[in-house]
Amino acid sequence: MALYSEKVMDHFTHPRNVGVIEDADGVGEVGNAKCGDIMKIYLKIENDIIVDVKFETFGCGSAIASSSMATEMIMGKSIHEAMELTNKAVAEALDGLPAHKMHCSVLAEEAIKNALKDYFDRNNIPYDKKQFPDCEHCHHCE
Amino acid sequence: MFVYADNAATTKMSRTAIDAMVPCFEKIYGNPSSLHSVGQEAKEVLEDCRSRVAACLGCESREIYFTSGGSEADNQAIISAARMGQKKGKTHIISTAFEHHAVLHTLEKLKKEGFEITLLDVKENHNVTAQQVKDAIREDTCLVTVMYANNEIGSVLPIAEIGKVCKEAGVVFHTDAVQAVGHLHIDVKKENIDMLSLSAHKFHGPKGVGALYCRRGLPLVNVIEGGAQERGKRAGTENLAAICGMTAALEEACTNIDSNSKKVAALRDKLIAGLGQIPHSALNGDAENRLPGNVSFCFEGIEGESLLLMLDMQGISASSGSACTSGSLDPSHVLLAIGRVHDVAHGSLRLSLCEENTEEEVDHILKVVPQVVQTLRNMSPVWRDLQTGKRTYIL
Repeated sequence: MALYSEKVMDHFTHPRNVGVIEDADGVGEVGNAKCGDIMKIYLKIENDIIVDVKFETFGCGSAIASSSMATEMIMGKSIHEAMELTNKAVAEALDGLPAHKMHCSVLAEEAIKNALKDYFDRNNIPYDKKQFPDCEHCHHCE
Repeated sequence: MFVYADNAATTKMSRTAIDAMVPCFEKIYGNPSSLHSVGQEAKEVLEDCRSRVAACLGCESREIYFTSGGSEADNQAIISAARMGQKKGKTHIISTAFEHHAVLHTLEKLKKEGFEITLLDVKENHNVTAQQVKDAIREDTCLVTVMYANNEIGSVLPIAEIGKVCKEAGVVFHTDAVQAVGHLHIDVKKENIDMLSLSAHKFHGPKGVGALYCRRGLPLVNVIEGGAQERGKRAGTENLAAICGMTAALEEACTNIDSNSKKVAALRDKLIAGLGQIPHSALNGDAENRLPGNVSFCFEGIEGESLLLMLDMQGISASSGSACTSGSLDPSHVLLAIGRVHDVAHGSLRLSLCEENTEEEVDHILKVVPQVVQTLRNMSPVWRDLQTGKRTYIL
């Protein structure tokens, strides 16, 4: 079946970092059940380093694979590096996504940014609001 | 174990159908429109097929028009009835909210031209009643087009009763019978059906061929212009091999309707009983008046595409009405029409069986589906919210 790359299928069938962090330092949730995709990211942060990350996803195969891949890409990275993660990088790491599934990688990027924003808010860390697009460049749900 | 449980999408061709096609490639290769003996031999085969298809539906040979499939037949039937009505100033059409897109999109096109379309509600029992049709008929109604059986959720509609209502009111009655032909006993005369669409690949025939039954006296409008094939109503050299395959498949299916449906319905009922045990699930479609092979469920908290991918990896071919599988942003219009909200409609699964499926295969499905549903629920934030009370269960 050539709907998805082998990498996508690998992350879909063996998703990394599935679950919840009960005492997370930042939690981000994007999407809605109406449009068929919800992603939730939990971060554990120590000294600006992401020491643990977990995800939960309601969605299609590429949504699950995108969140799995994105968590792997930020694990152990600094929060600044995590802020730099783009949906394109996630899609590329998965050896590409079908055009109509690119929004899944967008959701992954935004879920992580949302979780970081939550962390900044909780700790009164100032940030540039423009860095958090808040779903605006994804028109999937409209 | 490999289980093909997507027979409503398409079926594997039967040996009988394949064998009926082969001579057309090697021996009966003539063009039925040719005057010479090679052509005339093909013409004879074509007309033999026509009378055999007619016999399966209870109509006359001349009332059968071969088409490229169900969609073309639906288009032609609806456009023809609409044009006929238009001439008399009648521009109201009645249909249902859960028709196939071949019907709905044709109606959309007519709506843009000024036709008024009434789509009957299908929330009650996931079906319609003849009374609903009767209540909707107006002075200016020119067509009632109601499917024989629903492709996604398996509801079988009260066609004979609707046919009676339409006859009494003098309104043309078309039925998209793509999912029903070869699976249910159909007699177009007894059921007062004026026009009926069918497609060969839903009953083990080849793809790309179907037929339109149109009652004698009803004028058809051409959808495809050109030569004078099909009594001048459908241009293009006949796909004789496919027509032969369809005819053989249809005869075989109709001969075995009783034994097949008994066997398939038993497998279906076992699946419905088993899958109904999964918590927070719901059967879609009319539980009583149902296609023998259709099983359709919604599972709360999960999404259909990931469900299908996981089933596929376990050897099970199925289908879903989720947005991700439909290629659009919305889940299936059928599931929305029966009242499933978006959140739930995304988590749908359709298993469609045929007589070649076995009890062992059903057992395999019953073992795998609950596991896969659980696996996906375990990673779903929606499921967690349902379980922790942050969201309220819908199912």
